[in-house]
Amino acid sequence: MRRLLLAFVLIAAPVFADSDLPPAPLADTQLADPKQEAEAQALMETIRCLVCQGQSIADSNAELAGDMRAMVRERIAAGEKPQAIRAWLIRRYGSWVTYDPPLDRVTWLLWAAPVLFLAVGLIVARSSFRRRRT
Amino acid sequence: MKGNVKWAPLVVFILLGSALTYGLAKPDTTNIRSKMVGASVPSFTLPPATSGLPGLSSNELANGQPHLLNIFASWCVPCVAEAPQLKAIADAGVPVVGIAVRDRPEALARFLARNGNAFRAIGADDASQVQMAMGSSGVPESFVVDGKGRILSQVIGPINPEDVASLIAEVKAAR
Repeated sequence: MRRLLLAFVLIAAPVFADSDLPPAPLADTQLADPKQEAEAQALMETIRCLVCQGQSIADSNAELAGDMRAMVRERIAAGEKPQAIRAWLIRRYGSWVTYDPPLDRVTWLLWAAPVLFLAVGLIVARSSFRRRRT
Repeated sequence: MKGNVKWAPLVVFILLGSALTYGLAKPDTTNIRSKMVGASVPSFTLPPATSGLPGLSSNELANGQPHLLNIFASWCVPCVAEAPQLKAIADAGVPVVGIAVRDRPEALARFLARNGNAFRAIGADDASQVQMAMGSSGVPESFVVDGKGRILSQVIGPINPEDVASLIAEVKAAR
């Protein structure tokens, strides 16, 4: 039985193991200044974790997400603007890394879609009302 | 309304539905390629990651000689599988340098003793800061860097035996 349990534990070991280094100091510690912490938190909730890719770095337990939170808090504490930090990350990982996609050649349709749908709706509505009147 | 136009909303709905279903069913791409390829290595200075080997700085990557920069860790299982390939690349005369992510000096020394040492220098990146600056999202990853410190290409995941010859050629062709 014990041997079987051991076998299960071995099978369950993840392929991509984690390091045994403790998390970076600012990964899970809030900044002393509540205003700065709120800025950092708002930014972290819109940065996508590179490891568990459906989560923001604020939600993820991955070590890299912890290091990214530490990086965000350090830079905010040093007076850097959240938009500058976001731009720094986009420069390295592309727009993929942000949940607040910038307006560019690829994403313009995403931003224009609500207006386009509204316009199509108005045209359809207008033509159907006009038909009813005649 | 004309007979055909009546069906337009349904057609649009079906097209949109199929596109969204396809997008959901398609396996997600997990490889995030670095946008730093083509740019210069960001400026950094890392302390030695283990005794007996120097640390690494961005200046040393711009010393006129092309390098293979390997981002790895002793706790990373695929890095063990990659070690013989790195050794072969180093033995072919390619300067291989490393960045050890979140590693301990003694664990790294054991890793090098067991798997062979391909590295001329290894910098310790304890909080993944340089890894992020390089646009790398995991271990192992490798970057081909030319003599002026410009990033030419990125390999995501372990270097496979069949990639060794082309990587050697690529680094040697870089100036």
